[in-house]
This record gives sequence, C-alpha cells and structure tokens, in this order.
Amino acid sequence: MSSNADTAQAKSRSGRLPRKRFYRARAHSNPLSDSHFPIPIGPADFDYCHHYPYFFAPGSGGRSDGDAPPRKVRFADIGCGFGGLLVGLSPLFPDTLMLGMELRDKVTEYVKERILALRASNPGHYENISVVRTNSMKYLPNYFEKGQLSKMFFLFPDPHFKEKNHRRRVISLQLLDEYAYALEVGGIIYTITDVEELGDWMRSCLEDHPLFGAVPEEELELDPVVKLLSSATEEGQKVARNGGQTFRAVYRRIKLEEE
Amino acid sequence: MEETTEIVSDGGDEAAPAADVENGLIEEEKNMDGEVAPALISIHPFEKSVVVAVGSELRLFNLEGNCSVSLIDDPSGPSHSDAIRSINFGPSGKFLASAGDDKLVKIWETSSWHCIRTVSADKRVSAVAISHSGQYVAFADKFGVVWLVGLDEDDAKQTKVDKKAVPILGHYCSIITRLEFSPDERFIASANRDFKIRITVFPKQPLKGAHEIQSFCLGHKDFVSCFAFACPPGCAHGFLFSGSGDSTVRLWDFISGLLLATCEVGAKVGLLQYNGTEDGYPPVTDLCVSSDGSIIAVVTLEDNYFPTSMVLSFSKQRLWMVMGASNLPTLSTTQLPTRIRVMSGFHKDPSDYNGHDPITLEDNEIPGGKKLLSELQGSSDVTMEEAALAAAVKSSMRNMLIKKEYALERREMRKRNRNDRKRR
Repeated sequence: MSSNADTAQAKSRSGRLPRKRFYRARAHSNPLSDSHFPIPIGPADFDYCHHYPYFFAPGSGGRSDGDAPPRKVRFADIGCGFGGLLVGLSPLFPDTLMLGMELRDKVTEYVKERILALRASNPGHYENISVVRTNSMKYLPNYFEKGQLSKMFFLFPDPHFKEKNHRRRVISLQLLDEYAYALEVGGIIYTITDVEELGDWMRSCLEDHPLFGAVPEEELELDPVVKLLSSATEEGQKVARNGGQTFRAVYRRIKLEEE
Repeated sequence: MEETTEIVSDGGDEAAPAADVENGLIEEEKNMDGEVAPALISIHPFEKSVVVAVGSELRLFNLEGNCSVSLIDDPSGPSHSDAIRSINFGPSGKFLASAGDDKLVKIWETSSWHCIRTVSADKRVSAVAISHSGQYVAFADKFGVVWLVGLDEDDAKQTKVDKKAVPILGHYCSIITRLEFSPDERFIASANRDFKIRITVFPKQPLKGAHEIQSFCLGHKDFVSCFAFACPPGCAHGFLFSGSGDSTVRLWDFISGLLLATCEVGAKVGLLQYNGTEDGYPPVTDLCVSSDGSIIAVVTLEDNYFPTSMVLSFSKQRLWMVMGASNLPTLSTTQLPTRIRVMSGFHKDPSDYNGHDPITLEDNEIPGGKKLLSELQGSSDVTMEEAALAAAVKSSMRNMLIKKEYALERREMRKRNRNDRKRR
C-alpha cells in the first residue's frame, strides 16, 4: 500500500490530477464512531507549516510579514467531499487560508493529491487551501479559536432520512452553538441541499438559533461565493445535470440580543 | 474484572441458533454493563449533614442533631432503583439533588428531607448540579445533553407534576462527567470524556437554551474526570481546576479558556510501580478545592485506602472521603459496604503552618463518631478488610472511563436495542 501512496504523491507532484476511480469510497460515513485519526489538542497545535508551506515555510523571508499577526484559517468547508468548493474558492480569495474537513479517509487522500497536483501545475496558486481528515461534529473547537472563521460551508450534507438518525445531521441546534463559537460576529454560514426536508430542517434550525440571523436576498445576490454553492462541487453539478432543485439557507452570526 | 476487549474472527461458524446466542448475549450484557458505580459523598455547605450514595441507596446523617435521618420519598412517584451517579447539595444548601442510572433526578428539600420533585430523564444521568440561587437544577446524560429544570418556590407545596426538563446544550455524542455552575452563576461548565471542558454562558432566561459558548478549556490528553471552581479573594472571576485520565491537574482561566498551569500528579507523587492496563501514570479520579482555592485535594488510583469520592468542608477544615461501590463482582455481600475516613488539620493560611501535616482521624474522633459511621457505612462494623475492598474497587474503577470495545455480535444487538427518540 505504501508504494501506491508514493507513486500517487509522485504523480501529484508532477501536476497530474488524481483519478477518482482509485479513491472509491462510500457516500456515507458514521459521525458517531470514534475513528482513529490524530487530533490537535487545541488550535495552537494545528500544523500550519504542514498544510500551508507556502505561507509558513520555516524562515520564510518576504512572504510572512514579521510584524503582522500570523495567518489563521478563515474559511472552513465542513464535509468538503472531493474538494470542488475549495478549488473554486481558492482563486477568489488568494490570501485567505481555507480548510476542508472530511470524515472519509479515501476521499481526504484524494483531495490531498488533488491539491498537490494543482500546486505543482500552477506555481504560486492553490497554496491557500488544504484538507484534514477529522470529525468536525466532535472536534471543531480543537481546530479553531473563538471567532476565528469568517465563513463556514455545509454543502449537500448527508440527509440521514430516518428519524432515528436525525441526531447525526451536521446542522442541529446543539451543533450550531459550536459553529457560532468558531465564527466571528458577522461571519456567514452557507448551507445548501437538494433534499427539501433537509433544507427545511436546516433553515428552521438556523432561524430558531438566537446567534444566527438570515442574510437578506439582496446581499446574497452580490456575494460571489453564493454562485459557487450549486456549481462548484461534484454533488452540485450532479444535481444540476439531473435538473434538480436546490434549497439554500445562508445566515450571519449575530450577537445575542439582550431581552 | 476481566479485560473487556474481545477479538472476533471473520466469517465465524454459527454454533448456536441466532436467538439463543442473542439471549445469552443480553444476559452477559446485563452483567458486564452492570458496571461498577462508585460510592459518593457530599456534605451540606454549612456542614449540617453528610450524605453517602452507594448503589441506589442514599444514606444520610444529621451532624447537627448527631442522628441518622430518613429521606422521605414521594409515595406516588418512583424511587431510586439503580445506581446513583451524582449527588450535589448546591451552594445554598436548601436542596440536595440525586440522579443516576435509573434515569431519575430527585430533588430533596434539606430542612424536611422530603422529595419535592422527581424528573424523568430520557437517558442515564451522569452528572447533576444545582445553581447558586437554588432556582435551577441542571443534569447531564451519557449522550452529552445537558438538561435544565426550574425549581419554583411553590414546588414544595404542590403535588409533584412531572414537568419535563428542557435541553439547553450538548456535547456531541460524548459522556458528560461533571457539571457545575460558576460561583457567580454566570456560567455553567461541563466536562466530557473526549478531553474537553466547555464553559457556556448561563443566560438570564436559561430555559430557552444556553447557546453562547464562552470558551473551551482544551489541553487534557485524556478524559476529564472532575473539575472544581475556586475564587481566591481579590480575584474577579475565579479559576477552574480540572483532573483527568492523563494524570494531570490543570488550572484554567475559564473566561478565556487559557491553560495557566499543569501539575503532573502521577510524576509528583513518584509512582513507580503503577501497572494498569496501559503504560503511564494513574488517572486522577476526583478532586476538590476549597472555595478560595488555597487547598486542593486530588485522588489517584493508588494505595490501600482509595476514596471513590470526597468533599472538603472548608469551614471546619475537614476532608471527608468514602470508598465503596455497587456491583462489585468479587465481593459476595449484598450489603454495599463503604468505608469512610476523615482527614483534618488543613491550614487556611500557609503561614499558620505549625509543623503538623493533615492527619487521618480515628473513627471515634470523627464528628458524629461511631453513630455516623454505622449509618453511612451500611453495616455495624466493617468486617471485610479495607485492603480487599480497595482492591475490588480499584480494579473496577479502572475500566470505568475507558472506551469499551464490544464484540461484533454484541454491537449488532446493541444497535437493535437502542432507544432513539425524535430530537431536534
């Protein structure tokens, strides 16, 4: 197996994109199981040098300004899948660090190789995106400080149709507490799905949560990110191909209103 | 107790019909899951009474009147039928809360010792706390949800209406080990088995939910087993002390979540021959702190007397400890014995130190004396050796907070028998 990984790495470094068929994975993953992957003890232990070597090379001269505070991840793609959104966002915000979080092992490997290949064939580009294999429903505070993120993305999450599995849904009143913690006041949470019931669920969770307020339509029209929600990812493209409808809920992290 | 991990080979041959195997597994499950419940001790904030909980029994001794007390349960409602996992007096001392594996939270009024409220929980309760004002009782279950119940003044007079508790926050799918309100009641702290402590703002209208997280105290490398607030004089908010399976006690500024100090307890005590299931130092299983933070007592799995729970009564400078557990498989008695010890001689001010270390009091020197001991220990004299009890408790406690590995068949059976209710 290790020789496969080495050849994959070598191919990526030469700029060849990985082939999805070698990274086949099930669509679903159980967020409740304790998988065995390393987790940083706290946000300060997150390995920025490993993920964003361009910005954090040891002894980097001109790139990181000595006086400016160190860069931190500002966009998080929860359940990033094959990395479509990250790749689409990267050129729009070249100075912003973005992190994809994915539970499935093989899919994370695919995204890693894809990013390496893109960096090799486009020098100086795609250095601001990276992926980590983790369970963001349990370990989000391990990666991000309070108010660190300015955008969070939940694109086509697993609907978990059965009522007994609703607790596995990535958007819930309980988990929104943690997402509100990681987002700065004014930060935006983007959700989209092609399942109407899930769309209603996510919208009502966000509506009921006291730390989130709806972003008005006029503002959404001006936001360049919004168009990417349905077009950038494989899932979104599949829905478009099948002529399906999508249900969007975009909310802003607000301060708690005193009674 | 046997090691709980089992290895199952793939494609095994079915030796017995599926139903029989399942019944056998259910029985075994009950015995194995009849997990050891440590004995707990708590003391009234004004040292009026001492309470020991072991198994489903609550044993009470009135220190002021120097006599035992019977708790008066509500005859129309359920009584504790399974292990009590948490007891808490709350700082005002008006109420005592008890909760546990029978999915009941009972609230007792301390003047009359009547049970004024019984709340049914959906899951087994692992922690309970009473707010300083005595207005709210919070409890946490093994799935990570913290629930809140409001106590009205009228409750004592009304007949008990089993009002449902409201979920106010949750740790995603993680056993909550401790729950406490901060001294000024502005925050509620919850610690879980996944190494985290979450500090949440306790809002003015908490029944609507506690959604604003103040901070996370991250730094422990193993389950967080216990924590306590301390507020030294002159300090605005106070600090948080926490103990963990990683054998450390850590000090936090809980407002920011900053780790201020770490004490490697295992290393400090110089333990060389710890031979638990893994290498490394023994876990910290309990700690208590005086309200001004000047004294901290910490328990690790060691020694012949190993308290399963302890509490400091700082006003009189005594440390009360209990050792015991329910469901101990190696002891044949059904009496649920416990062993209580008291230490005294703590100094409020380090400069007061007059050359005496804290000492363990003899049985007749304890306030309440032999009467208290016979009531709270559960038998007129402790016939079994302390060492035997300690050994039994120790080996059972070791397995408590370690993630259980279930064999494949058992996992399938557990999935089938799981109780999932609709929840938002």
